[in-house]
Amino acid sequence: MPKLITGAEIVFKALEDQKVEYIFGYPGGAVLPIYDELKNHKSIKHILARHEQGAGHAAEGYARSSGKPGVLLVTSGPGATNAVTALTDAYMDSVPLVCISGQVPTHLIGTDAFQECDTTGITRPCTKHNWLVKDVNDLSRILHLAFEVATTGRPGPVLVDIPKDIQFKKGKYKFKKSTLKKKVNGKTVLKVSNNELDKFIELIKRSSRPIFYTGGGVINSGPEASKHLRELVSLTGFPITSTLQGLGAYPGNDPQFLGMLGMHGTYEANNAMHDCDLMINIGARFDDRITGKVDEFSPKSKKIHVDIDPSSIGKNIKVDLPIVSDVSELLKSLIKRFKEKNKNFLDSNKQKTSKWWEQINKWREKKSLNFINSNKIIKPQHAVQRLYELTKDKDTFITTEVGQHQMWAAQHYKFDKPNRWMTSGGLGTMGYGLPAAIGVQIANPGKLVVDIAGEASVLMTMQEMSTAVQYKLPIKIFILNNEYMGMVRQWQELLHEKNYSESYTAALPDFVKLAESYGCVGIRAKTPDDLDAKIKEMIDVQKPVIFDCVVDKSENCFPMIPSGKPHNQMILGPEEEEEISDEGKILV
Amino acid sequence: MAKSKSAYSVPGKIGKLERHIIVVWVDNEAGVLARIAGLFSGRGYNIESLAVGEVDKKKHISRITIVTEGTPQVIEQIKLQLKKLVPVHKVADFKRNDKEILFRELALFKVLANSKKQEKIKKICKKFNPVILDKSKKSFVIQVTALRAEIDKLALDLKRLGLISTSRTGSVAMTKGGKVFS
Repeated sequence: MPKLITGAEIVFKALEDQKVEYIFGYPGGAVLPIYDELKNHKSIKHILARHEQGAGHAAEGYARSSGKPGVLLVTSGPGATNAVTALTDAYMDSVPLVCISGQVPTHLIGTDAFQECDTTGITRPCTKHNWLVKDVNDLSRILHLAFEVATTGRPGPVLVDIPKDIQFKKGKYKFKKSTLKKKVNGKTVLKVSNNELDKFIELIKRSSRPIFYTGGGVINSGPEASKHLRELVSLTGFPITSTLQGLGAYPGNDPQFLGMLGMHGTYEANNAMHDCDLMINIGARFDDRITGKVDEFSPKSKKIHVDIDPSSIGKNIKVDLPIVSDVSELLKSLIKRFKEKNKNFLDSNKQKTSKWWEQINKWREKKSLNFINSNKIIKPQHAVQRLYELTKDKDTFITTEVGQHQMWAAQHYKFDKPNRWMTSGGLGTMGYGLPAAIGVQIANPGKLVVDIAGEASVLMTMQEMSTAVQYKLPIKIFILNNEYMGMVRQWQELLHEKNYSESYTAALPDFVKLAESYGCVGIRAKTPDDLDAKIKEMIDVQKPVIFDCVVDKSENCFPMIPSGKPHNQMILGPEEEEEISDEGKILV
Repeated sequence: MAKSKSAYSVPGKIGKLERHIIVVWVDNEAGVLARIAGLFSGRGYNIESLAVGEVDKKKHISRITIVTEGTPQVIEQIKLQLKKLVPVHKVADFKRNDKEILFRELALFKVLANSKKQEKIKKICKKFNPVILDKSKKSFVIQVTALRAEIDKLALDLKRLGLISTSRTGSVAMTKGGKVFS
C-alpha cells in the first residue's frame, strides 16, 4: 500500500518526476497549500513574477529557448484570468506550458465565492486540454497526462485547476513512465510511408521553380530538425524562405536563404512564393499574414505540406501532398531515401533551376530591406543592424514585443541557430518580450538576452523589471522609442488619412530614471554617433538594462504588402507609397 | 461593389454547402459537451441538431450525433479538430443523403382534441410509428419517429388540429447492413 500524501505534495512529486527545475508564478489564497509545500522541494525553484501574465510569458520564454515545457503556478479568480493572455499566446504559437491554478474549495464551486471563476470554462478555448481535479486520487494521473498533452504532437498549453481542499487532502501518488513518445495530444500517430516519401522526391525532381517555406514546426521539432533541414536544402540547392516563427532554423546569412516572407517579408521571398512551381511547406501553417488572398496565393504551384497537426493541413490552402509527421522524423527518412537514389542531384539539377535562380537574383537586386539612413537621427532599422553587428559573435537570444520594432528585428537581425528568437507571432501580444526575456535568461544563464522592444509595448509589462532585478537576470531591454504605437501610426498614415487617433503616447516615463528606480541600469542613445558606444556599454553591464534608443518618429516598416494589393505587388519604400483603395482600408 | 484586390483577409470563394452527420465517440466526463459545442461556436461552425447519450456504461463512452452544414473543406476541418480533442476516441462522418445510413428523430406532440379529432391525427401519423403515451378526453400525447422534414410537416399539419406543445430530439444515425461506423 503506497503512502498517502497531500495533494500539494503530489503536485511537487509530479513536477520532480517530470524533471521540472523552475516554476513561474504568483501566490494567492487558493494556492497557499502548494506554496507552503515549496520549501520541501529544493530541486524546484520558484520565480516570483509581478503579474500572472508576466509569469506566463516568462514560462513561454523559458520553454521556447530550452525546448522544455514551461510551468506556471497561479491562484484562483484573477490569478487565472491574468494568465489567460499568456495561455492564448502559447496556444497560438505552439508553446508547451503547464499551468497549475488554485481553485476555491470543492464545496464552494458554483457559489460565486471570493476569487472564484470558472477557470476551466474560461481557458477551454485557449488550452489543448484542461482539467478540474475533483478527487485527490486522480491528481497524479492528471498532472502527468497534462505534461504529456502539452509536449506531444503540436505542443501547447494545458491547465490543471486544483481546488484548495484537494491540495490538503491525502491521496495516492502514481507515476508510470510513458513509453509512447510521438503522439498527438497523447494519441499515437502513424509513420510516414515510403510511398509518400517517393511522391515527395518525385515532386522535387520534376520541379524547375521550387521553394522551401519553413516555419515554427522546425524549431518545435528540436535542434535535430534544423540540422536535417540544412542538409536537405543544401542537397537540393533550392531556395528557402521562413515564417516569422521559423527564423533561426536555417542560417539567416546563407545565400540560399531569401529572408522572411509575408506581409513585411522580402521582395524576393514573396515573389518566389507567388511564382514557384513547387512549394515545400515544412512546419508552417499558411497563416493569413503569409497567404494574403487565398484565391490568388501561389496559383501555379504544386504544394507539399508537412505538419504534425492534421488539422493544419488543408485548413487555409489546398495541398497536393499532405504529410502528417514530426518534421525531424520526416526529414531524416526523406534525406536517407533521397540520397540512396539520387547521387549528385545538386550538380545534375543545377541546369534545371538556373533560370529560377536568375529570376530570384533579379528580385534580390531590389534590396527591399534598404532604408534611407541618416546621420542626424537614429533610424530604427539602423539601430537593429548595429545591435546585430555588435552581438552576432556572441550566442545571443532575442525576444521582441509586437509592432514595427518586431518586424525590423525579424528583417535585420540574422539568426543562425534555432531557439534564439522568441516573438509573439500568432496572438501578437504587446508586452510579451520583457517577461519572455526573463524566462530565456533563466534557461540560459550567462548568455546575452536582448528584448528588442517598442516603448508602448514594453510599458504593458514593465513591472517585470522588478523580477529581473530580484533574480539578478541581466536582460537588456532595447527600446526603439518613437513615442508612437508605431505600427498603428503606420496604418493610420497609409490607410486612415494620417488621422493619428490615439496612437501617440504623451507623458512617457523617463526610461533612464525608471531603470534606476527599479535598481537596474538606464542608458539613452540620441544620435547615430553615440549608438555603438552605448550598445557596447549595454552589453558589458552585468545587470538588467533599459536602453532608451531615441529613433525617428515617422519611420515606416517596409516592404509591406498593403491591404488592397495583390500578393506580388509590394510597397518597397517611402518613395513608392501610394493611395490604397477604399476597399483595402476596411481590411486588417 | 468593385472586385477587391486586397492581399489580406479577403474572403475567398465559398464552396457549395453540404449537410453532414458527424458521429463522435467521447469519454462521458464533465465538460465534454462544452468542449464539443465550444469548438463549433468558437470556429464558426453551426450545429443544426445534437443528440447525446452514453452507449457504453462500463467504459463511460458517449455517442454524440451532430448534424451540421458546411463546405467540404469546413467539414474536413470539423472532423480533424474534433479528433484533436483529448476525450474524443473516434469520429465518423457522412453526407445526409447517404443511402447506406439510417436516420431517425423522435418527437412528442401534445394535442388538444376530442376523440374524433384524435382518430384523424392517428391516421396522419400512421406512417411514423405512432405511440400514444397519454390520453384524456380532451388531450393526448403522441410519439412519432421519423426524418426531420417529416416531423416538420407533421407539426405543421397538427397545428390545425390543436397541437399545443412539441418536443423533439436531434437526429441519431446507424449504418445499414452488418457494417458499423469506423
